[in-house]
Amino acid sequence: MAGIVGYGAYVPVHRIKVEEIAKVWGADAESYKKGLALVEKSVPSLDQDTITMSVEAARNALKRAKIDPSLIEATYVGSESHPYAVKPSGTVVSEAVGTSRNTHCADFEFACKAGSEAMFVCVGLVNGDTVKYGLAIGADTSQGAPGDALEYSAAAGAAAFVFGKEDGVAKVVATHTFMTDTPDFWRREYEYYPRHGGRFTGEEAYFRHVATASKQMMEKVKMKPQDFKFAVFHQPNGKFPMKVGEMLGFKREQIEAGWLAPILGNTYSGSSPMGLTAILDVARPGDMILMTSYGSGAGSDSFVYEVTKKIDEVRDVAPKTRQQLDKKRYVEYGVYAKFRGKIRMAD
Amino acid sequence: MFPARYWREMPQRYRLEAGKCKRCGKVCFPPRLVCPKCGNRTFDTVRLADEGVLKTYTVIRVAPSQFTGQSPYAVGIVELDGGVLITTQVVDILLDEIKLGQRVRVEFRRVQEDGSAGIICYGYKCVPAA
Ligand SMILES: [Zn+2]
Repeated sequence: MAGIVGYGAYVPVHRIKVEEIAKVWGADAESYKKGLALVEKSVPSLDQDTITMSVEAARNALKRAKIDPSLIEATYVGSESHPYAVKPSGTVVSEAVGTSRNTHCADFEFACKAGSEAMFVCVGLVNGDTVKYGLAIGADTSQGAPGDALEYSAAAGAAAFVFGKEDGVAKVVATHTFMTDTPDFWRREYEYYPRHGGRFTGEEAYFRHVATASKQMMEKVKMKPQDFKFAVFHQPNGKFPMKVGEMLGFKREQIEAGWLAPILGNTYSGSSPMGLTAILDVARPGDMILMTSYGSGAGSDSFVYEVTKKIDEVRDVAPKTRQQLDKKRYVEYGVYAKFRGKIRMAD
Repeated sequence: MFPARYWREMPQRYRLEAGKCKRCGKVCFPPRLVCPKCGNRTFDTVRLADEGVLKTYTVIRVAPSQFTGQSPYAVGIVELDGGVLITTQVVDILLDEIKLGQRVRVEFRRVQEDGSAGIICYGYKCVPAA
């Protein structure tokens, strides 16, 4: 059975506060902070993108995995903000971390679910003895249209996991998935910003898929919410993961360790995977973890992990996720607009 | 930058791969064909450390065209643990907060891009450690 052999996250150092964005658009910061349960979000600088953050998260994961990177035979990067429209992100990441040249490499895309897809496929390949070690990454530098509600939450970050056929730091007890065709959020070719269905992104989209995948998963492994020490759900804002957790019967304490959105924002493909890294940073051997992602369009991947005693040997080997979140430098809207390419420049 | 040149330099730009002289042990970065110390032509590939100390720096205010969006920015000489010196941008720090002798860490970043339609060149930059 597959296990997480190493894990790592990457958070850019820059942040912008909700107040700073609201000020520009004449919006009420307090109502956004309350409505989204979010006070600030991470901002990538001009020289950062999905590829650079993936490399840093992967390097942290490899430090914890303590394996020779050339043993990695699958490299998957899940993102909806791959820097090239045509040319894989995974090849750059693979060369930068020094995986085998025979690594099977692909980019995944499924809105915010692309990272957990990469994880899902790695688990399958390891369990089927197709690869010895697989590297799965979820990373995004997503954008919301200026002034849109999404602009307050669309953030940047990455999480990486090395899977292998050993218990590692956490055994993968089970995987499960649930999807339907639901047009709640999309971006057409050549469009710069995504569009969304407003309130339609809630009940029939996020809540239905996350709740169904999680419920079916708990039935599959014959476990109840109280059997888990931690749960992490996709975090489009601070509010949704807490609400879906309560709907499913989880308590706040089970969700808080991996609840990063209030000070990180929505890192899309990196979201629930980064929450998982923050949980592994504090988990104890024997703890059970439920993770359920969500990608618009729409679907959820669900995982159950059991933490092993090896966690204590590796957690301090690379920067912890919340340590990275504590290190921050605030930027004003003008600098943020420059960093995010929102300013029209001369050719 | 032409794709072919960028491609040739990937091992050093992506993984800090250096050449260690098989005869005298001198580590060359970027790798060379001939050892400047002993004239030998055979090398082992070694990877440099990903942390070091900032020895000196300058601030570029009038930048070459592909870097104008980033100016003003700092370019420094960093002595990586193990003693090899590299020239690199120092980022994620305000220019007036940079201190000589400070510990820095290597991170993977975009270095330049060939307009909005050309290739993106990735490589190393240094950020404050810890
Ligand atoms: Zn020599």
